[in-house]
Amino acid sequence: MNGVRKGYVRPLDLRHGSVDMTHGSGGRAMAQLIEELFARHLGNRFLGQGNDGAVMPMPPGRLVMSTDGHVVSPLFFPGGDIGCLSINGTINDVAVLGATPLYLAAGFILEEGLPLADLARIVESMARAASAAGVPVVTGDTKVVQRGAGDGVYITTTGVGVVADGDDFSGDRARPGDQVIVSGSIGEHGMAIMAQRESLGFSASIVSDTAALHGLIAAMRASGAAIRTLRDPTRGGVATTLNEIARQSGVGMMLQESALPVQTEVAAACEFLGLDPLYVANEGKLLAIVAPEDAARLLAAMRAHPLARRAALIGSVHADEHHFVQMTTTFGGRRIVDWLTGEQLPRIC
Amino acid sequence: MRFIDEFRDGQLARGLAAAIRQAAHADRDYSFMEFCGGHTHAIARYGVSDLLPPAVRLIHGPGCPVCVLPIGRIDMAIRLALDAGVTLCSYGDPMRVPASAGLSLIKAKAKLGRDKETTTTAGSAPACGEIRMIYSPADALALAQRHPERQVVFLAIGFETTTPPTALLIKQAQAFGLSNFSVLCCHVLTPSAMASILESPEVRRWGTLPLDGFIGPAHVSTIIGTRPYEFFAEEYRKPVVIAGFEPLDVMQAILMLIKQVNAGQALVENEFSRAVSRDGNRKAQQLVADVFELRRSFAWRGLGELPYSALRIRKEFADFDAERRFGVGYHTVADHPACECGAVLRGVKRPQDCRIFASVCTPENPVGSCMVSSEGACAAHYSFGRFADVAAVRTTSTASTASTADQRAVAR
Repeated sequence: MNGVRKGYVRPLDLRHGSVDMTHGSGGRAMAQLIEELFARHLGNRFLGQGNDGAVMPMPPGRLVMSTDGHVVSPLFFPGGDIGCLSINGTINDVAVLGATPLYLAAGFILEEGLPLADLARIVESMARAASAAGVPVVTGDTKVVQRGAGDGVYITTTGVGVVADGDDFSGDRARPGDQVIVSGSIGEHGMAIMAQRESLGFSASIVSDTAALHGLIAAMRASGAAIRTLRDPTRGGVATTLNEIARQSGVGMMLQESALPVQTEVAAACEFLGLDPLYVANEGKLLAIVAPEDAARLLAAMRAHPLARRAALIGSVHADEHHFVQMTTTFGGRRIVDWLTGEQLPRIC
Repeated sequence: MRFIDEFRDGQLARGLAAAIRQAAHADRDYSFMEFCGGHTHAIARYGVSDLLPPAVRLIHGPGCPVCVLPIGRIDMAIRLALDAGVTLCSYGDPMRVPASAGLSLIKAKAKLGRDKETTTTAGSAPACGEIRMIYSPADALALAQRHPERQVVFLAIGFETTTPPTALLIKQAQAFGLSNFSVLCCHVLTPSAMASILESPEVRRWGTLPLDGFIGPAHVSTIIGTRPYEFFAEEYRKPVVIAGFEPLDVMQAILMLIKQVNAGQALVENEFSRAVSRDGNRKAQQLVADVFELRRSFAWRGLGELPYSALRIRKEFADFDAERRFGVGYHTVADHPACECGAVLRGVKRPQDCRIFASVCTPENPVGSCMVSSEGACAAHYSFGRFADVAAVRTTSTASTASTADQRAVAR
């Protein structure tokens, strides 16, 4: 006679299936989704512990933690998708604080009806990005909301890392005389999304710059340059990020428009839509404020790295009680580069 | 970028600036009004004023379609969505203009979103309005085609440049036999606004607004040509130079105006000969004439009720006129008492002369329409030029701080 038969579980239909409410219920369907999709692609020994959280070793230093919700629409765009974006974005937020990113957590809010094929594509992309960056996703969470209550998938990622004592790239350290460097051409991520959105009806060969920057940052630190501040100019673009730093540090800045690296296609698309590349989101660029005597050395180190070949010195820091970020235009005039007003590009990351 | 960078060339700008300095007589001032918000934006965005000698003063004009829209017109659009349950389609800029009852289109949009949620959970599905931001008027038509169950209304604003596309849209809607598409027409006319400025007591009687000439908007003239301005040149003895929207166009126009003033001339000149002719685009004019007729009177923000200054949809296309279809009328609503948008639009005050500029009224919390649109004089000055106010205050004060020295050093 047979003993207890092992129940047959039909595998997830990754070709035609879609997310339904049972995938968030905490029951077998959810366990199956986690096992066949999340664990299969993202698997590592910490995630494999199978607990509600993960226990990891920690090297000495101070703990750095950052979290970021991703709601980009469309989910797939030239140069990337919400999956790799959610990994790279959080790694960058940890890395620009000078930390070595160590671990990631990911929370998914799935909308009922999301094709499992799309979810699989997103999770695979996350796995590739995490593996390329060497930062594992060690724990996660999945919830399902009714059709119409979400937009496919939202992903929140949290990253932790460690930073050695004494290393501090906080935004309040810019000083008069310091130089401002950007790691490459600006505005590509935002314009790639805009070009993709159906309502615009135009397309351009613009590709998102999404990339994990901790390798570049390690190379920059190895140069020995006195880096004051690092920040990734995501939403609000270079203009908004520099205004944040100017306010935090209590200084002003003067940029040179002619020094700003902008791809011709991005400049053309911005011109067409009446946007300013200075305000368009980047996902694989950083801004560095550096002591004047080290600017050349840092720039050389950056240009030697594949992610910063077009790094450029774009301006300098000066004393200004009004904390204005200003710019000498290519035209020869002067203007303010203000904070972003309103919502320029919704759902960009 | 070809055909763009050529018109923003710094070296050419320096050459033109030198020519302007040379042409401007030392013993007099030159006050020119750039009529259009597009020019205001370009001047601020590229720092054109920095290149001009102090004797040349630019006055911002009323040519910003969002700015001249009175509160009552925005209220009509909001009422259509809130009360009549239509899907109202608007460009981005009008969305943030403050309207009555603490609302704006963007706030009404959020309110509608909330109402929708509560009604859905209650199980009933009444006709619930919606407000959408669109990039092209064609998007509104496509929306109406996709959703025959919804009444779609396009909030049509703008001067002569944007009127032919609206006319085309209405003709298309008629050709498609669409019964769920209409237009809330707020199209206005450039020459009427210019006449209103020239007839204002500040110019004619009191002389408090010195005005030596106009920089005319090129895109308007691609449609209407340069001919409509000949009247101003002859009747009011004011030179008009039709200019493009690149900073070099503006500089060139200023030089042409200075030369006319020096020679005692008042001509209509065309700086934008690359696209503007004397007669304009006849086909577009015909299209507009087919669909629109003059309104007897239209209320402008700042300029008040101006006769024959705007367009409405002809009776033959009455089905596509949202005002007729939904029976919404215009009601006058007073501007905020502290807001100087009216005076700014007439060129009588500068943005920085307004008490609430940059304090209560900012792009984040605009009180008046000129702080909303990127073409508005207040928004342009706030976003690009307000460092100059600080510098002006500083130079008059005795204390020379390190930061001013630094600023000057950087400016050099």
